[in-house]
Amino acid sequence: MTPTYYLVLSAALFTIGAVGVLVRRNAIVVFMCVELMLNAVNLTLVTFSRINGSLDGQVIAFFVMVVAAAEVVVGLAIIMSIFRTRRSASVDDVNLLKY
Amino acid sequence: MLQNAAWLLIALPALSAAVLLLAGKRADKWGHLLGAAVPVVLFVYSLFLFFSIKGQHSREINRDLFSWIPAGSFHVEAGLLLDPLSMVFLLLITGVGSLIHIYAIGYMAHDPGRRRFFGYFNLFVSAMVLLVLANSYLGLYVGWEGVGLASYLLIGFYYDRPSAATAAKKAFIANRVGDVGLSIAIMVMFTYFGSTSFADVFAHFGVGGNASKGVAAAIGFMLLLGACGKSGQFPLQTWLPDAMEGPTPVSALIHAATMVTAGVYLIARSSPIFDTSTAARTGVVVVGAITLLYGCICGCGQDDLKRVLAYSTVSQIGYMFLAVGLGPGVYAFAIIHLLAHGFFKATLFLSSGSVMHAMDDKIDMRRFGGLRKAMPLTFYAFGAGYLAIIGFPLFSGFWTKDKIIESAFDKGGTSGWLLGLAALLGAGLTAFYMTRAMVMTFFGEPRWEDGVHPHDPPKIMMLPVLVLAAASVVGGYLLVLGGGVQHWLTPSVGPGIKEGVHTISPVVLSVITLVVVALGVAGAWVAFGQRPVPASAPVGVSVVTTASRRNLFADSFNEAVLMRPGQWLTSALVFFDNRGVDGAVNGLAAAFGGGSARLRRTQTGFVRSYALSMFAGSVAVLITLLAVRFS
Repeated sequence: MTPTYYLVLSAALFTIGAVGVLVRRNAIVVFMCVELMLNAVNLTLVTFSRINGSLDGQVIAFFVMVVAAAEVVVGLAIIMSIFRTRRSASVDDVNLLKY
Repeated sequence: MLQNAAWLLIALPALSAAVLLLAGKRADKWGHLLGAAVPVVLFVYSLFLFFSIKGQHSREINRDLFSWIPAGSFHVEAGLLLDPLSMVFLLLITGVGSLIHIYAIGYMAHDPGRRRFFGYFNLFVSAMVLLVLANSYLGLYVGWEGVGLASYLLIGFYYDRPSAATAAKKAFIANRVGDVGLSIAIMVMFTYFGSTSFADVFAHFGVGGNASKGVAAAIGFMLLLGACGKSGQFPLQTWLPDAMEGPTPVSALIHAATMVTAGVYLIARSSPIFDTSTAARTGVVVVGAITLLYGCICGCGQDDLKRVLAYSTVSQIGYMFLAVGLGPGVYAFAIIHLLAHGFFKATLFLSSGSVMHAMDDKIDMRRFGGLRKAMPLTFYAFGAGYLAIIGFPLFSGFWTKDKIIESAFDKGGTSGWLLGLAALLGAGLTAFYMTRAMVMTFFGEPRWEDGVHPHDPPKIMMLPVLVLAAASVVGGYLLVLGGGVQHWLTPSVGPGIKEGVHTISPVVLSVITLVVVALGVAGAWVAFGQRPVPASAPVGVSVVTTASRRNLFADSFNEAVLMRPGQWLTSALVFFDNRGVDGAVNGLAAAFGGGSARLRRTQTGFVRSYALSMFAGSVAVLITLLAVRFS
């Protein structure tokens, strides 16, 4: 079970998450993809920590998880207030900043 | 010593001009009286100066007035030179000027701009006096420009007439072309001699002079160009006939007696330079001969009386140029002819002004005729001027012009014969066109328009004309009497010709000249006196007549060669400025505007496209880092 497989897996997860952010229209789904990306990065960090034999990667993974949690709180709060005013959860409808 | 107050001669008319022009309408009641009184005062003072200089042993007062341009090692003094040549001109300007000013009081009586007219007239007198009294070329140049300005203002006096405004512009531009020559001559003088004062410059010429012939020729030709512009000589002569748009006193004073003679003064004053350079002298003589004949030929075809007189002026000044160009000894004859010409040309112009006044400001000779019974005094005055100019025995022209023809023949060689014959032919043609003008105006059946009642002008206009007519009758003889004026001018222009061997004996030459003149008179009498004069100019005429009517195509030439290319150049430059320069600037602005409009479209407002660009950017950074890491 070489660590390379873990890296490949996390790269695949990250790509799927990135494509999902760019392609999906529902805001909640976009957020889930963002979470997917963050977790892929976590997996990468832990794998590298295992490869290098130091604990730095795992410590950074903790930080990432905390930041992800805080970001989800704020992001969902914003989506909720947008939904209450616009009755729509599509990211394409928040386009008032166009030229 | 009143001699030290010579600067008043310039300051007084300038002050009067300033008062008249600045005082405005409240000076309308007395403006013309002040304007006419100033030259009279100047004439009296000039007479005093003349007699005081005559009594002196050294007939010259050279006074520096003030330091004009003190700039370190380069300094120019402003000063006045009172010597025989300048005194003669001064008397002419102030004397004839006073008479013409008095005439103008009457002539301009019905014109609301009379005060402005006298302001400009006095300005002219001030500038002209400065021109002849300055003791350096730079001071002369100031006066030179001043008379050009006054001429422009006076020709364009009736500024609401487009033809007058155009004529004023034409005169000023032609003068300016000549002024380039004078400026270059002054620049050459500064370069080679470090000074332009007459004393300093002439020290380099003549006996013991060290100036090369090349420098003399260069200065001489440039001075000639300047003189051509001011005096209306070929090739800068086209402005003089058009200058007749100004009021008649202007034509009489400026374009007959004084301003146009400034060129002759310049060349006579620069006699040491022209004596050194034969090339420049030949140039002067050629210009004089060509212009002499040009003026005569064009004068024959004009229907406008003042234009005939204008071409006559062009031609007579050609005679003067011919004389100054003939070299040492003949300068005095040119000046004598200049003085006589001042008298009789002023008479002719003022009489024509009286005729114009009487004929309701019309000047077409084809609508005149038979005026000698209606305006007898004017007829006598014009007749006196006419006999003087054609050189009738014992009148002015007989004494003065014959001397020039004689000197031309005496030059010797082929050039002498050519010049002499040209001068003779000119005398004949002069007789022809003057007789034509005389006959068409005063003789024959009246061809007047309806409602015109010609009569002699009031005394204020008639008296100056009669005084000038008397001067044209006796002036020539008095000037030549006993070689008086010649002897007087010797300190300025060198000694007169010694009575030596003549190519043709003077008596024979006088007879030949009289025969030629008689032929001219007879020809005009038969052509215009015996046959009825058509009221409108005949159309089917010979080539020579057409050429004469169209100024020998000089105006057409100027238009085709100078004006049209100039207009083409300006329109090309305007086009280039509008399309090229403006196009570049506006195009740049449009490019920026268009570019920004294109770029603006990336701000779609879509979150997903922003996310995509962020993603693309981070991928680019990543690739760069990897490339650097693993290179």
